[in-house]
Amino acid sequence: MSEPIRDDPDVHAAIHAPMALEARHLTKRFPSVVANDDVSIELHQGEILGLLGENGAGKSTLVKMLFGLYEPDEGEVLLRGEPVRMDGPGDAIRRGIGMVHQHFQLVPVFTAAENIMLGAEATTGPFLDPAAAGRRIGEMSARFGLRVDPDALVEDLPVGTQQRVEILKALYREAEILILDEPTAVLTPAETDELLGVMKDLAASGTSIIFITHKLREAIAVCDTIAVLRGGKVVGTTAPAATDRAGLASMMVGRDVSLQVTKGAGEPGDVVLAVQQLEVTDDRGHAAVNGLDLEVRAGEIVGIAGVEGNGQRELVEALCGMRKIRHGHIVLAGEDTTRATTREINRLGVSHIPEDREKHGFVASYSVATNLVLARFDEPPYARGWMRNFDAIERHASDLVERFDVRPRGIHNRMGSMSGGNKQKCIVARELTQGARLVIASQPTRGVDVGSIEFIHRQLVDQRDAGVAVLVVSAELDEVLALADRVAVIYEGRIQSVMPVAEASREKVGLLMAGDVAAAETAPAVEADDDVPSALL
Amino acid sequence: MGPGWRRALPGLITVAVVVAVAVLAYNLNPDDTTPVANRVFRDAPVLVLAALCGLVGERTGIVNIGIEGQLLMSAFTGFYVAAATGNIWVGVLAGVASGAVLGLFLALCAVTWQIDQIIAGTVINIFVIGITSFLYTQGKRSPGGLDPIELPWLSDLPFAGPALFRSTPIAYLSIILVFVLHIALFHTRWGLRSRSVGEHPSAADTVGISVAGYRYLNTALAGGLAGLGGAFLSLESVGTFERNMTANRGFTALAIMIFGRWRPLLAWAGALFFALTSALASQLQFNQVIDVPPQFINILPFVLVLAVLAVFAGSVRPPAAAGQPYVKE
Repeated sequence: MSEPIRDDPDVHAAIHAPMALEARHLTKRFPSVVANDDVSIELHQGEILGLLGENGAGKSTLVKMLFGLYEPDEGEVLLRGEPVRMDGPGDAIRRGIGMVHQHFQLVPVFTAAENIMLGAEATTGPFLDPAAAGRRIGEMSARFGLRVDPDALVEDLPVGTQQRVEILKALYREAEILILDEPTAVLTPAETDELLGVMKDLAASGTSIIFITHKLREAIAVCDTIAVLRGGKVVGTTAPAATDRAGLASMMVGRDVSLQVTKGAGEPGDVVLAVQQLEVTDDRGHAAVNGLDLEVRAGEIVGIAGVEGNGQRELVEALCGMRKIRHGHIVLAGEDTTRATTREINRLGVSHIPEDREKHGFVASYSVATNLVLARFDEPPYARGWMRNFDAIERHASDLVERFDVRPRGIHNRMGSMSGGNKQKCIVARELTQGARLVIASQPTRGVDVGSIEFIHRQLVDQRDAGVAVLVVSAELDEVLALADRVAVIYEGRIQSVMPVAEASREKVGLLMAGDVAAAETAPAVEADDDVPSALL
Repeated sequence: MGPGWRRALPGLITVAVVVAVAVLAYNLNPDDTTPVANRVFRDAPVLVLAALCGLVGERTGIVNIGIEGQLLMSAFTGFYVAAATGNIWVGVLAGVASGAVLGLFLALCAVTWQIDQIIAGTVINIFVIGITSFLYTQGKRSPGGLDPIELPWLSDLPFAGPALFRSTPIAYLSIILVFVLHIALFHTRWGLRSRSVGEHPSAADTVGISVAGYRYLNTALAGGLAGLGGAFLSLESVGTFERNMTANRGFTALAIMIFGRWRPLLAWAGALFFALTSALASQLQFNQVIDVPPQFINILPFVLVLAVLAVFAGSVRPPAAAGQPYVKE
């Protein structure tokens, strides 16, 4: 194997600090795939190293090897210049490596202090000493600007605070090397900025950080060095100053990608969806959607921007008939569907790309072909009387996998065996080809690679151009800004504000997402030139 | 501390009401209440130890449906080992060990083989009923029970005094274990780690806590608790071994565990409450106060526990990972 290509061999020249962590020629194979193929990276003390790559590029596999969760098949890991064999995460922690996992590893019914000290408990004699832990946490909170109430139950904390608990958990163990796995995926723009600030402070005080992200903007803003992975290999290492977002994106995907969703001006027609004073509760019976008004017209894309957990999920489920409506009305093309069933709503021409595709998007044990007719299986031509018509089902499936570029093409494969991006393509194919009047797309590109994102966005814009009303709900502000004709900001179950996308700057929408209406009014409505939203970042 | 006590309130109120009624009844008619009190403190240790067994398992993520089998196996082993050796303490230890071994078997099924835990527990129950019935022989005699320890002054208290403070060592031990487990579960490193394994195993795993290790250890410890309960049943409470003598106490203990919200102190209260209702039921029957078929009287404790569960169940939240095998990604 050759050395990975280095676009800029002098990347590390500026960094004279000693080496903190080094991976040399790591290879990790799984039964069906080589997840890491001869991967080498270097992390200096006090450096922030960005790991960029699409889903399945091998970022997570790489850091799992560094954290002792996987054992490399080949290659070695050097810690402060010494080769080490990490024997599980406990060993990695003892050696001063901390990791903040993408899915928080916090016990919801424990307090912040209990979570932080778990596995490294403060004790007096045989008994836990939460007060001592609390004092130390308070000290660390102050030093690193990570505000946390040690006695609060984690389940009561907002996501951004939970993440601070995660970081404190690593620092509490005196981690000198911090691995952050997509830490910004669940944060508001303001929380993201705060986190990036904390990362810089930590690096300045000597902590070395590996920062996994797929948001190019963040990588450029905070990293000293960026390593790009593709197909399990390091395809380039560069400094932020030496590149730009377009360069990084094409390095990630291996071809030029359009960062911009190109779309003409929309031609909004009649109102297709009208929501009036909607009230819906969440699973625990608390008000989630709280007096919400919204309109979506034919031939326009309305994007709902908001921090997750502000009622988006409940709104979408109510619109689709999956959740009981407490109060208010939903009118679909002139018909009141407030009390309609999921099936009736579907028949009225509502297509739904669900947020949780594993749960609501398909039946994992059915074939791709059957999943592609999931809402129409009992209608001609897919059924003749009581019997299913497999010829028609298979013709339909073969046609769709071709048009929507589902890979592999096999229509008899079990849906559960497909990759995330291809599952999503199947759902998109089914939902966009059943003659919808309204398409509700919830987190349409979550966990989907850059190439597929581009494709799915194109499809949604094509729907709009064909006169369909499109409602996009996304936690990715950039996605909303790139796709929408009008942006509606949701906060605590209400639409704070609706504005044409031209007037929706990141800053303004970000403030509205945090509920700060007053500040948003004075925020500039137009983006600075170099800050054009693009869906992929 | 605060929310814990607030959650404990319904249980504490139940206990207070029961105590008040009992004292009142004693003053009215000591001849009836003394046998009731005796029976409560003879039945409660089995129930409380079995409930602690279930609780320690579920707190660590293992649902134990096999408590019934563990009780029966240890009642059997305890009795026959005591009869064979002539030493009752050896019998007790054998009972504890047999419970722990079945606990290890449950952990093997649930953790290593990742069999559905309900099925694994059912396998234990069926196996034990079969093997103890097959090996059962009549006419064995135990070397007599352990001597009661009388606590001066306390045993002269009215109503519960003679029954509670003239108990045998295992009965005292069961009460001590309630407090020990409460402290261990909520105020020690072992407890915090165990609960993290039962609530969010991958969170425990990522900070270097061995999920499998804790599940094995705690399921075995829990089995030992059930074993102590079973040994108490055959050697102390009844004084002999009968086929299927546990009579569903293991399942009742699971209800008590839920009633007690997976907390040792509340589970103890639940065990006393259940033992009291069943003692009351038999006394009513004995006195022929109510003239209904005995089957209906025997149902009474279960109906009461169901009623209590139905009233409080809404706010009950079991350990999040109970019953789920932990698979590393």
